Amino acid sequence: MDFLAVQFLTGLASASSLFLVAAGLTVIFGVTRVVNFAHGSLFMLGAYIGWSILTRLPREPGWFALGVLGAAGATALLGVMLEAIVLRRVYRAPELFQLLATFGVVLMVQDATLAVWGPNDLSLARPAWLRASVAIAGQRFPAYDLFLIGIGPLVLLALWLLLHRTRWGVLVRAATQDREMTAALGVDQRLLFSAVFALGAGLAGFGGALSLPDQSANLQMDLSAVVEAFVIVVIGGLGSLPGAYLASLLIGLLQAFGIVFVPRATLVLVFVAMAAVLLIRPNGLLGRPLAPGQITQEIRPVIRAAPTTLKWLGLACLVLAIVAPFFAGPFLLSVLTECTIAILFAASLHVMMGPGGMPSFGHAAWFGLGAYAAALAVERGGASTMVALLAAVLVPGIFAIVFGWFVVRLAGVYLAMLTLAFAQVVWAIAFQWDALTGGDNGILGLWPGGWLRSAPAFYWLTLAICVGGALVLRRAMMAPFGYALRATRDSTRRAQAIGLDPRSLRAAAFALAGAAAGLAGGVFAFAKGSVFPGYAGIGRSVDALVMVLLGGVDTMAGPIVGALAYTGLYDVLLLATSQWRFILGLAIILLVMAFPEGIAGATRRFWLRGREA
Amino acid sequence: MSLLEVRNLRKSFGGVSAVADLSFELNSGEMLALIGPNGAGKSTCFDLLSGQLRADAGRVLLEGRDIATLPPQSIWQLGVARTFQVPAIFSSMTVRENVQMALISRHRAVWRFSRPASALFRGEADTLLAEVEMARQAERAVGVLAYGDLKRVELAIALAGSPRLLLMDEPTAGMAADARGALIGLARRLVRERGLAVLFTEHDMEVVFGAADRVLVLDRGALIAAGDPAAVRENQRVRDIYLGVE
Amino acid sequence: MNLTRRVLLTGTAALAAPAIVRAQGTRPIRIGEINSYTAIPSFTLPYRNGWKLAVEQVNAAGGVLGRPLEVISRDDAGKPQDAVRLAGELLDEQKVDLLAGGFLSNVGLAVSDFALQRKKLFVASEPLADALVWEKGNRYCYRLRPSTYMQAAMLVEEAAKLPAKKWVSVAPNYEYGQSAVKWFKQLLSAKRPDVRFVAEQWPALGKIDAGATVAALARAEPEAILNITFGPDLTNFVRQGNTRGLFEKRAVVSMLTGEPEYLEPLGDETPEGWIVTGYPWAQVDTPANQEFVSAYQEKFKTHPMMGSVVGFAMIRAIAAGVAKSGNTDTEHMADGFAGAVFDTPFGRAAFRAIDHQSTLGTFIGKTVLKDGRGVMADWHYDDGGKFLPPDAEVRKMRPAAG
Repeated sequence: MDFLAVQFLTGLASASSLFLVAAGLTVIFGVTRVVNFAHGSLFMLGAYIGWSILTRLPREPGWFALGVLGAAGATALLGVMLEAIVLRRVYRAPELFQLLATFGVVLMVQDATLAVWGPNDLSLARPAWLRASVAIAGQRFPAYDLFLIGIGPLVLLALWLLLHRTRWGVLVRAATQDREMTAALGVDQRLLFSAVFALGAGLAGFGGALSLPDQSANLQMDLSAVVEAFVIVVIGGLGSLPGAYLASLLIGLLQAFGIVFVPRATLVLVFVAMAAVLLIRPNGLLGRPLAPGQITQEIRPVIRAAPTTLKWLGLACLVLAIVAPFFAGPFLLSVLTECTIAILFAASLHVMMGPGGMPSFGHAAWFGLGAYAAALAVERGGASTMVALLAAVLVPGIFAIVFGWFVVRLAGVYLAMLTLAFAQVVWAIAFQWDALTGGDNGILGLWPGGWLRSAPAFYWLTLAICVGGALVLRRAMMAPFGYALRATRDSTRRAQAIGLDPRSLRAAAFALAGAAAGLAGGVFAFAKGSVFPGYAGIGRSVDALVMVLLGGVDTMAGPIVGALAYTGLYDVLLLATSQWRFILGLAIILLVMAFPEGIAGATRRFWLRGREA
Repeated sequence: MSLLEVRNLRKSFGGVSAVADLSFELNSGEMLALIGPNGAGKSTCFDLLSGQLRADAGRVLLEGRDIATLPPQSIWQLGVARTFQVPAIFSSMTVRENVQMALISRHRAVWRFSRPASALFRGEADTLLAEVEMARQAERAVGVLAYGDLKRVELAIALAGSPRLLLMDEPTAGMAADARGALIGLARRLVRERGLAVLFTEHDMEVVFGAADRVLVLDRGALIAAGDPAAVRENQRVRDIYLGVE
Repeated sequence: MNLTRRVLLTGTAALAAPAIVRAQGTRPIRIGEINSYTAIPSFTLPYRNGWKLAVEQVNAAGGVLGRPLEVISRDDAGKPQDAVRLAGELLDEQKVDLLAGGFLSNVGLAVSDFALQRKKLFVASEPLADALVWEKGNRYCYRLRPSTYMQAAMLVEEAAKLPAKKWVSVAPNYEYGQSAVKWFKQLLSAKRPDVRFVAEQWPALGKIDAGATVAALARAEPEAILNITFGPDLTNFVRQGNTRGLFEKRAVVSMLTGEPEYLEPLGDETPEGWIVTGYPWAQVDTPANQEFVSAYQEKFKTHPMMGSVVGFAMIRAIAAGVAKSGNTDTEHMADGFAGAVFDTPFGRAAFRAIDHQSTLGTFIGKTVLKDGRGVMADWHYDDGGKFLPPDAEVRKMRPAAG
């Protein structure tokens, strides 16, 4: 009993830590609708800046508080810079496009932090008062944890007062409800957004600095923080601060007690909880569904048949790709193989995000499932390469149709986060279930046999499967099915009113996309000769998102262009420079600013200049 | 038996009654207007009939079959088509493709993969577009159309389902006077030629009393008057709470 | 786009004159090196310093077989799939004579498998997975560092001397943590049938919920604790453990914690008396280490870490292997590296013929606080060769390599 009481308090303390990170994210999203992937980077910067300040200050509580606030202020300033320099230019871009820009920021901050603070974990020496404990139920409980337990609700209260008792807060809330209306009222939206970013970033920095007595400032904290924050924000309901606090409590306590009852499954537990909450409450615990007027009816450009020139260009590229083995060296061939696989992977996500209107943050789930299905078919079943590839289509396809059937009624970021939850569960199983998947060490020795042993032969097979697969997807999107899917996205009411069933259409799109991504994963497994949990990891999902967004969601060529651009850029930069993250991030940001409709989208605009879309 | 028979339909949102105990009938070849001040429950009524909303109580009989609990797509398949107050169209498609989409659904060709969608039912789509006088704009993106033209496209989409019952929510809003006349004229012609039943809402009383065979008047969800236009026009209660306001 | 041009040129050259035989002469011995430079900089940057220093020294002394060493280094971004592609680039474009490197076990295994496929030599420096030389061991892969098994065995030697009978374990929930706990339990139970493991905690890597984990461990009221967490998780765990008194009057055995990479962030909170494996760089007064430390400090203006030793020893091992093989022909090297003896800052080590594991060991000692810093005390060096299973068992565990 005593133990449970202490565990409860521990859960409350981690809930507060979680809330501090999530609060800023939910405030920013609520007002600007920006999915700020760089929120974890701000948290990390808060910790590093906090370390730099606090190690130079006397170690008394007052100075500590001052130092933490200083770190929060500095991070707020960085947030404003991020908003003003990068994001302000892309607010008008399609949904989620800002995510791409913030991903570029994540990459740049990683390298910048390494350059400024060095590779080692930096821990803040704790003076005695930070190490102190109090006796609770016969056990020693950290005094600092008690302080954290208090700070969460205090910050919540302060934010509530700020939002409900100040004129500025009223404007922010109005903007959360209805952006256009606020603009119509003559509020300077730019100033408002900057201020909101300052607040959100400052909260992230505050959380980062406050984490220092518990953990070191380290270079991995950005990604783990942002994923946690997303989970909290989504469970709580996007834009809802009390919701975020409730969700923090839920997750904090779940982890504290999960450790006791299912010590091996804590990772999965969090995502299962998120999935359960979203299936019962599709808008999170305290999130409100968007009123019909709030769902901005984006006018999407019309997708027309490719102009003849583009068709010839595509054909020329294909011919070039086919004859590549006659002039390309083995390394170029391996890069081309990866690019080709990326095309199918990106095209499959595009089916969901483009015509399907269903963004996915966890598309790697299907890629990973396909890779593991192929690998296990070979390793356990002794299957041939071709049979294994069939498994790589079927297994993810079946999973996708079942999963899709349940989740397609969700919309937007909620749906995206549910796919992320699924992907994380797949990843966790691959990573932790050593007996089945080989765990982190993966499954090795999957080199294709027989005639596929030669690199050109395998490359041609890859080309046939992946380009063929992408063409099949394209065909399906041009067929009545693709139109019906797009119809459902454009206007669900109208689609239903002409007899289309959104749920089966979307579930079918899920299955199609899942099967295609799985096939890409299966081919990838043989191209690399091995599979690893990372194939289903967040990084891989982000790769797919970046490719689709970079290319352009609203064109059929977008994912292809994006896959080639991103994979090519990544492969070349990784080889060329040790600062590849900084340069890749910068390149992504510049591309985002230059082509807010994606590369292919911008090309089309240029093409259609002077003509009606 | 009437084509449509509505019996004791009810719907409330959070305790506020939007449609209260509504009953009426509609026959083939009849044009019925549903009028009432803003917030009277007209659009809710449309949503209940077309399955976008589910009624709390009551029955909606289409040729004797209760459709009150069916999803919109099933109701459409039984021959009920509708337009929306704010036109709902597919903004990423051309005018013709919008109509083709409806025809594809009507001909149950959604799961056919042999040909691209844009090649299916082209002629049929063009005929429908000609009927609503949109043939010349068939290739345009719907996103760039004028409001009145959107309404026409939506009507063509609705007609693509070869409906027996057509629900039109404010079909002429945003149109110039002569265009209104033309659109309502078209609707009347369809009623005459195809034996279609039309239920429509409309703010313009000229249009209502000129075109409707019968008129229903709704106020705060309840039916307060029904009958031929002349009778409704003379109804004192209607004059008090509704026409007086106009 | 230098890349494509070079690729095209080599491509055409290969088509035009496939039989050109280059003069061996003073052509450098090219080592294709891959590691997780951006993903794990705290280890790999000192490691890079280490191999740079060794290359400089070897070349200053006239190189190997009269040829200088040249290292072509690549960043795998922490992803095995990228490591495989870069390994191909190193072999096909850079024409390296052998591959080397690796920090993450999965990268090591992926490159090892690729090396087997391409029949090229791979010297794995840091990856600890036992599978690298056993279950997945192959003719072309040699491994430098003492494996998870060996480190567990070294710790067990000390742990068995403890009076403690009631143990708990905490380890990151993935292959490394799982196999470290598995071996430790197995080996300790063999030596001490009276010990019991009463609880285990498996925090997700990088996401430890330290307070709850510490409380859950304390509840089992253990006499001793086995810790496998490292890096940020370890800092977090130690701080909560200190405040909550988990480590008081309890023995703690902790893998890798004595390595400067992991010990230094603990600072003045380093718990005293933990039995750890690691590297007390300032205290090891053998000439080999002193020489290494001073050369390193002179060149890089900072002290060496464990990674530095690994990078340094890797080059020494390769130099010795190539010298023993007599040339850089892969098949000769695959045979010749077996038994190659090399000197490291830790002392002399050799690659075993039976499983291609090197006998490089590590230091075992106890943590103490000195001037507000954690250091190792009462340490001694354990030769890795003494902590491996009997040959018959090794052969059984290494089915694939033949």
